[in-house]
Amino acid sequence: MAKLMLGNQAVARGLFEAGVDVVSSYPGTPSTEITEFAAKYDEMHSEWAPNEKVACETAIGASIGGARAFCGMKHVGLNVAADPLFTASYTGVNGGLVIGVADDPGMHSSQNEQDSRHYAIAAKVPLVEPADSGECKDYTKMAYELSEKFDTPVILRLSTRVAHSQSAVAEEERISRDIGAYVKNAPKYVMMPAYAKPKHVFVEERTAKLKEYAEVCPFNRIEWGSRDIGIITSGVAYQYAREALGDGASYLKLGLINPLPEKLIKDFAAQVKKLYVIEELDDVIETHCRKIGLSPVGKELFTFIGEYSQSLIKEKLLGERDEFEEYGENVPVRPPVMCAGCPHRGLFYILKKLGVMVSGDIGCYTLGAAAPLSAMDTTVCMGASVSGLHGFNLARRGEYEGKAVAVIGDSTFIHSGITGLINIAYNATNSTVIVLDNSITGMTGHQNNPANGFNIKGDPASAVSIEAVARAVGIDRVTVVDPNDLKETERVIKEELAAAAPSLIITRRPCALLKSVKHKSPVKVDPDKCRSCKACMKIGCPAVSMSTGKAKIDPTLCVGCGLCGQMCKFDAISEG
Amino acid sequence: MQTKSIMIAGVGGQGTLLACRIIGTVLLEEGYDVKVSEVHGMSQRGGSVVTYIRYGDKVASPVIEKGQADMIISFEELEAARWLPYLKKGGKLITNTQQIEPMPVITGNAGYPKNIVENIRAKGIDITALDALSLALEAGTAKAVNVVLIGVVSKLFDFDVNIWEKALEACVPPKVLEVNKKAFELGRAVPAATR
Ligand SMILES: Cc1ncc(C[n+]2csc(CCOP(=O)(O)OP(=O)(O)O)c2C)c(N)n1
Repeated sequence: MAKLMLGNQAVARGLFEAGVDVVSSYPGTPSTEITEFAAKYDEMHSEWAPNEKVACETAIGASIGGARAFCGMKHVGLNVAADPLFTASYTGVNGGLVIGVADDPGMHSSQNEQDSRHYAIAAKVPLVEPADSGECKDYTKMAYELSEKFDTPVILRLSTRVAHSQSAVAEEERISRDIGAYVKNAPKYVMMPAYAKPKHVFVEERTAKLKEYAEVCPFNRIEWGSRDIGIITSGVAYQYAREALGDGASYLKLGLINPLPEKLIKDFAAQVKKLYVIEELDDVIETHCRKIGLSPVGKELFTFIGEYSQSLIKEKLLGERDEFEEYGENVPVRPPVMCAGCPHRGLFYILKKLGVMVSGDIGCYTLGAAAPLSAMDTTVCMGASVSGLHGFNLARRGEYEGKAVAVIGDSTFIHSGITGLINIAYNATNSTVIVLDNSITGMTGHQNNPANGFNIKGDPASAVSIEAVARAVGIDRVTVVDPNDLKETERVIKEELAAAAPSLIITRRPCALLKSVKHKSPVKVDPDKCRSCKACMKIGCPAVSMSTGKAKIDPTLCVGCGLCGQMCKFDAISEG
Repeated sequence: MQTKSIMIAGVGGQGTLLACRIIGTVLLEEGYDVKVSEVHGMSQRGGSVVTYIRYGDKVASPVIEKGQADMIISFEELEAARWLPYLKKGGKLITNTQQIEPMPVITGNAGYPKNIVENIRAKGIDITALDALSLALEAGTAKAVNVVLIGVVSKLFDFDVNIWEKALEACVPPKVLEVNKKAFELGRAVPAATR
């Protein structure tokens, strides 16, 4: 019987059924569950790599070794993995190689809204895009066949609404597949100029063959309805269009997005009265249509920004809107917050108190930018905190040395913080870097990482010593502190900022949500001692409020971390 | 059958995802085409979260927009007010009366709106309000608020109760199954939730 599966879960099932042997990924919403579900199948080796470049290169190596291989990442992860991707396009594959990339239109959990389809065009590799969980599984399996048939890596592109929606999937058996012998083949796999030049010729020939294939690819299908409106679309945008227009339009649903068919599109266009292209984010399909001489309505009507929906399409094409009732009164927003007991809270309180410039990074701790802590100046991409601080200090010619820090999580430090730290030591700025070591990759939902001593299956693994790494690259001042000890944290940061040498501080305390963390009882407020001074509110803990005029602790949220007690000058908050 | 839409609104950490999976499993078992749409990641950190369930003969879009939900199940009172515009005309709203203060209220920059349930009812909207937290605590854990609400919702469908229980067993870890079964019973017994 069919099962409800997340799109990501269905991709993992597809990997299993396709006989994939090696899965190497780096977490990133909305792609993470592909690899988490893959790790449940003992038939495949699954792992969290330190970053997407390593994951992609691991998959490339596994493919050269004969295995069917996969690596998964979010859209910005492909920026990190782009270097190996572009040249793997030249080498081609031995075992099938699929790179799963999940875009995030609407930026539910991302720092930008980039469109991964451009990478497929730039790297000259095929890209397939499913529109529901059933297609996630089927397209994944088909991607391996394409990869091996055309000797190319294939990009499997998802978007948030496909990756994180559940729909019915029928399970099938895993194919049995022999990885065969490894045969050395330098002209294919050694990309130095003499070998790479003929490979570029091969890539162009391959694209020509793929273009022919695009005309007959079963993923590109026409669904006839009214021929007054013709819609060319793909992915979840297809679902929105179907929902909005039903049989009131005809659809050319594209599943192979690179390369795009020419004849199929022209034939479809010729048979409909008015032609639209409906695609989220950039005008990739529309540009192709214009290139082949068509003039569809696309981005002149539909935005480049955010997610689409059935409502948007109904409104734009039919001028219809659903009626609804507003609540009326102002409803206060409910932004995400650091959890009660979060070890990042204490550090950001101290950074705010010291008034330093904070070169920020990406993770749960990015919430340190929000009120009331508001202690972050920048966030660009993973690792940019460390290298960015070095550049900032260079620009300010020492003015900010002693008044600026970088903050970076443990997983992010391993991902791409180490090279920035090397630059600080090597090119000598007096910079202070703080690694927020909560023993987990928190933001993406608790993945183990190379610094916490466990692998993807939860089994013990070799652990990176962040202290030893810092010393090895030339940082002599390395300190470890518990961020829940506010006094000591403040003392250490002041001391390192004052020192005339680069330094690394590790604030170490595991994430409060980890099952292995034992919590104390909720703290208690003595209302007679509370003077309503609101000092305890300054740390922005969701468990502390003042609705009764006195400090009040929500016992269902409080984990007894005691930070609010350290804020109280009147001893009104005590251990429970 | 025309596609129907159920929206679940709550606060990150309240277990809305599990509730969606249970309802989705039941609907699939009943032979419907089902799509459930979730949001993971950033917004789950104590933020306002919504998940969508759509079912019918053939479901296309996984999302629900303003004026399209046949039913909204809200795990928290303020969230009922926030997501009210998503309710279809004539749709049904079920809300837990538990109040969880959002950060702007905690920091004193905003007030928690008063009389939300009465205000919504005054608009002529079919709303059922109940204290699901107390029932969950009665069952044995505050975490079972989600399953109490599923118990309430189960009464609105003509499905055999066994199907709900089976879905509960499939989706809830065995360790906490007993508490959740009790929570489900307590929810199902809430009298106001008639059709
Ligand atoms: C290149 C890239 N890959 C992945 C992500 C998704 N992502 C954002 S933060 C993060 C890691 C967070 O872990 P950590 O640094 O340990 O901080 P924590 O959330 O635990 O505080 C990841 C994987 C991203 N934004 N960019």
